[in-house]
Amino acid sequence: MFYRENGQFKTSYRADNQIFGITQDRYGVALLLLFAFLAVPMFASDYMFKAILVPFLILSLAAIGVNILVGYCGQISLGSGAFMAVGAYAAYNFFVRVDGIPLIAALLLGGVCAAVVGVFFGIPSLRVRGLYLAVATLAAQFVCDWAFLRIKWFTNNSTSGSVSVADMNVMGWSINSPVDKYLFCLGMVCVFALLAKNLVRSAIGREWMAIRDMDVAAAVIGIRPMYAKLSAFAVSSFIVGVAGAMWGFVYLGSWEPAAFNIDRSFQLLFMVIIGGMGSIMGSFFGAAFIVILPIFLNQFLPLLGSLVGVTISTAGIAHTEIMVFGALIVWFLIVEPHGLARLWSLGKQKLRIWPFPH
Amino acid sequence: MGFFLETLLGGLMAGMLYSLVALGFVLIFKASGVFNFAQGAMVLFAALAMARFAEWFPGWTGIDNKIIANLFAFCVAAVIMFIVAWVIERLVLRHLVNQEGATLLMATLGIAYFLDGLGQTLFGSAIYKIDIGMPKEPIMAFQDTFQGGILISQEDLVAAGIAATLVAMLSLFFQKTTTGRALRAVADDHQAAQSIGIPLNRIWVIVWCVAGIVALVAGMIWGSKLGVQFSLTTVALRALPVVILGGLTSVPGAIIGGLIIGVGEKLSEVYLGPMVGGGIEIWFAYVLALVFLLFRPQGLFGEKIIDRV
Repeated sequence: MFYRENGQFKTSYRADNQIFGITQDRYGVALLLLFAFLAVPMFASDYMFKAILVPFLILSLAAIGVNILVGYCGQISLGSGAFMAVGAYAAYNFFVRVDGIPLIAALLLGGVCAAVVGVFFGIPSLRVRGLYLAVATLAAQFVCDWAFLRIKWFTNNSTSGSVSVADMNVMGWSINSPVDKYLFCLGMVCVFALLAKNLVRSAIGREWMAIRDMDVAAAVIGIRPMYAKLSAFAVSSFIVGVAGAMWGFVYLGSWEPAAFNIDRSFQLLFMVIIGGMGSIMGSFFGAAFIVILPIFLNQFLPLLGSLVGVTISTAGIAHTEIMVFGALIVWFLIVEPHGLARLWSLGKQKLRIWPFPH
Repeated sequence: MGFFLETLLGGLMAGMLYSLVALGFVLIFKASGVFNFAQGAMVLFAALAMARFAEWFPGWTGIDNKIIANLFAFCVAAVIMFIVAWVIERLVLRHLVNQEGATLLMATLGIAYFLDGLGQTLFGSAIYKIDIGMPKEPIMAFQDTFQGGILISQEDLVAAGIAATLVAMLSLFFQKTTTGRALRAVADDHQAAQSIGIPLNRIWVIVWCVAGIVALVAGMIWGSKLGVQFSLTTVALRALPVVILGGLTSVPGAIIGGLIIGVGEKLSEVYLGPMVGGGIEIWFAYVLALVFLLFRPQGLFGEKIIDRV
């Protein structure tokens, strides 16, 4: 009734190619951004920022990166955690070793290092496909885990193996309080999401999708597989690397290699699959689902237990939590294998013809 | 020379154990095209079940005989793995037919989480022992040939023997029985198999059962070596390079791949490790597999991948 594009005529090619083609969508997104930038910092509690919003934002960014590789270019990667680690440690080294380097420059340089490593580990994708590639990318994970644990130079020779970052500031704005951290992450994520969205609907994005759909056919119509695949690896690991650097710098503050272990890689892939492969919007949904679900289960299960009259021990809660988490993921994959983004677009479609669906 | 041979033998035996886990992957992938990340969780689950039932058995029946207790526990664990296989087919696989490989992979990861949680809820999360009476003392061999001889762990020898027996039995099952023939037909071509009247769903249950039994044997051997604990699930991660090296669809590939990875791992750790600070075992296996893949993208014995537009 109120959500339809009747009467909104496109008179130029530019207008036809807008990201949000429907006026209501544009207003909606503007309102959402206003809400996120102005209203949320006023009302949300510190716990909300620390436990939910900041991890959600950073992991959405990482999920966007993984989605470019897995969802748009079709190269399944189980090594994303490693690229996050490379981003984090490279940014750390730039930050500590180069005097007076701006925070954002360190983060971006971390991303560049991750991109280089990503291209290196992407080389097998030229020969190896599908599930073989998925397992092959695990090599990146284990090599990086090992390197950051054993090679002392990367951790600035710290004895415990954990590194930490202090006094971050961007042009005089020091990022210390949870609200500042949230706003910084929000800004970065908005910029990168916009960049990623524009990238995947440009020529290179179409090349990635052609490779994903059928790489032999893509090569036949003149798309260079090597260039397309490696560029996808580079862009993806750049974004994942920046996200990793932010995860270390902003969310954790001090971290060890275990922060980026194989579970993190699985988690990122879950986000992409549950959110929806090949959808920037879906990355946000997936990240929200994966971040909020464990917190929700953690709060909800003891409550449920006390209702039935059973007190569950802490270990029991932890086990039940992963059980429910696993079961929900399987259930979700069965109910909607194309992810939350698909549900979203179905909902929008329904809304457009509501209340007269025939 | 003696030391080199000792390392080599150690590697071969470790490799045999890897191929045991890898076999579980290959069986399921061949028959249903599912890359089963839950294999590690199944190993842990089966081992936990076996360890606990062997522990509880004397208390229940008053029979204090280790062999009977272990046999009983093995049978109960096998039945449990049957049930797990059936439930997985019923509740998960049946609904995910014809989905993409990545979706199926994620579903098995979900199953892995579930089994990890369930196993530890039902059977507890401490470290348990499986004692099937494996000899612990190493033996000396070839004392006349080399100075000092070669130290061989009897435990590894027995384990390798069990693994070899299992593989032999599996190949007999696949080659000689009607069910085995049906399994091979399904692995070859789903549609053709279905069109001549082979029930796909039942075949999947059977193949997951077989993978469950393989997981049980693997869990039993690894559990008696390392103790039954959560870290047993990482055994699956160690077995992954074996699978891609040998080829996802090849049973002999899993064996040969396991031996190559086992030997490569041990030799690299001993001769290369000290140069770079040690602990390179796990990633060296992956890099080794990767190098092989660059030359043969389908693994050593995998089916050749033919691209058609």
